[in-house]
Amino acid sequence: MSHHIVEFKDVCFSYPDGTEALRGVSFRITHGEAVGIIGANGAGKSTLLFHMNGCLMPSSGTVLIGEFELNKKTRADIRKRVGLVFQNPDDQLFMPTVYEDVAFGPLNLGLSEDVVRARVEEALATVGCYRLKDRPPHHLSMGQRRAVSIAAVIAMQPDILVMDEPSADLDPRSRRQLISLLKGFTHTKIIASHDLDLIMDTCTRCIVLSDGRITADGSAEEILMDEGLLVENGLELPLSLKYRCMQQEGAFHD
Amino acid sequence: MTSFDKAYFNLGYIDTLSYGDSFVHRLDPRVKLIVTIVFIVSVVSFPKYEILRLIPFFLFPVFMMTAGNIPSGFVLKRMLFVSPFVIMTGIFNPILDSKTFHLVSGLTISAGWVSFFSIMLRFLLTVSSALLLIATTSFYGVCHALNSLGLPRAFVIQMVFLYRYTFVLAGEAMRMVRGVTIRSSNRGMGMGTFVNLLGVLFLRTMKRSEAIYQAMCSRGFDGEVRLLRSLRIRLNDLAFAIISITLFIIFRWFDIPGYIGGLVIR
Repeated sequence: MSHHIVEFKDVCFSYPDGTEALRGVSFRITHGEAVGIIGANGAGKSTLLFHMNGCLMPSSGTVLIGEFELNKKTRADIRKRVGLVFQNPDDQLFMPTVYEDVAFGPLNLGLSEDVVRARVEEALATVGCYRLKDRPPHHLSMGQRRAVSIAAVIAMQPDILVMDEPSADLDPRSRRQLISLLKGFTHTKIIASHDLDLIMDTCTRCIVLSDGRITADGSAEEILMDEGLLVENGLELPLSLKYRCMQQEGAFHD
Repeated sequence: MTSFDKAYFNLGYIDTLSYGDSFVHRLDPRVKLIVTIVFIVSVVSFPKYEILRLIPFFLFPVFMMTAGNIPSGFVLKRMLFVSPFVIMTGIFNPILDSKTFHLVSGLTISAGWVSFFSIMLRFLLTVSSALLLIATTSFYGVCHALNSLGLPRAFVIQMVFLYRYTFVLAGEAMRMVRGVTIRSSNRGMGMGTFVNLLGVLFLRTMKRSEAIYQAMCSRGFDGEVRLLRSLRIRLNDLAFAIISITLFIIFRWFDIPGYIGGLVIR
């Protein structure tokens, strides 16, 4: 299907204060791909993600989502297809109760109230938060807020799911649940994270960003095992791989 | 705990109370709001020297407090905070209004004292009932009620957002104050530090409002916030409304204490 494609063509972006965050980024993500975007702090990951639904507009270059080019006219439609989960759940949960918050997106799609209710309940059940539905967001733990903000996005049933640091402030069990949730989402997904193990578990392809440029783009397995490349870009081997290497070297045997 | 922490958790306390579960909590917020408004109007509509006939109205706050499991200390403490303002409005009455007033045969006091006392009673009644409304109804419930009773959507949304982000902002401020306290040993916070802190908080607020707006747009916000209709009036609500409003009308139009007094004396 052609309409789940995300394509960046030579995208540049600088913030009003002059910081060049993206310097000529090009890639093409096709339907059903799971792509991890990795890079050190300040490499431009979040800036890149914000271009996918028009929260930011490129200074030059073009962004294609499906058959549409991203511009002010197509932005509203693109936002219905691209679900973006923000880094900070407090920014995203602005309605007074969990239920109302998850309903916010579907209501804006112009769906009938019955459909909205069905979608909200389904989305909350998917992330295992149905019992929290009447709670206000400020009574939730960070992990619960994260899960609810994911539910808020999947209730809109986007074709493309984009997430910024989804595993930040999650305890190990919630992180594990998040990983199985992500594995269950079969549409295109794009995940920016420092959590390389999460990327390894959920993504098939990996794009490495450094200083606003793409320094590597290829299969997740290859990139995440290439210690030289990772270190060069301010990263490290995923912990699980490191552990495996150490075992092989016999570090735990004496 | 710094005093700031305490203030933060106090704020959370009212909020926590309002998510309790009792007969009063389960009532429809619209019904509670209307009943409280009728109550307040009947209380303040008495003539200025009225004291005795106000007394039966205490039934309502007492009922709300006991049926809603709200600790009386909570209500009294908050009333105490407001009381200086009320005392100041009435304190000059005894001087300005020096007509005499016969209490019982032979005992007279200045009418100003009577009206002052009446003001205090009205204050106790109205403020406690408003506090109890907030403590037994989630703030959002009140907003929803106002919305369905016709308050413009724009105001309702403003209130909803204000409430939601009060907690985020207060949490942020609390963490900042902690950070300062930890690193300033016993010297306290100087004016300079305080101003800086306020500045940073302001910048963060700006940044957050931008992020929230982006998050709203990302979920299809087009200038109108749509709400699900979730309120339903049940038999309990109707019964509560009818009984309490009837009582208020009886208390307002008939001199119940006088009647009881007459019975006792006879």
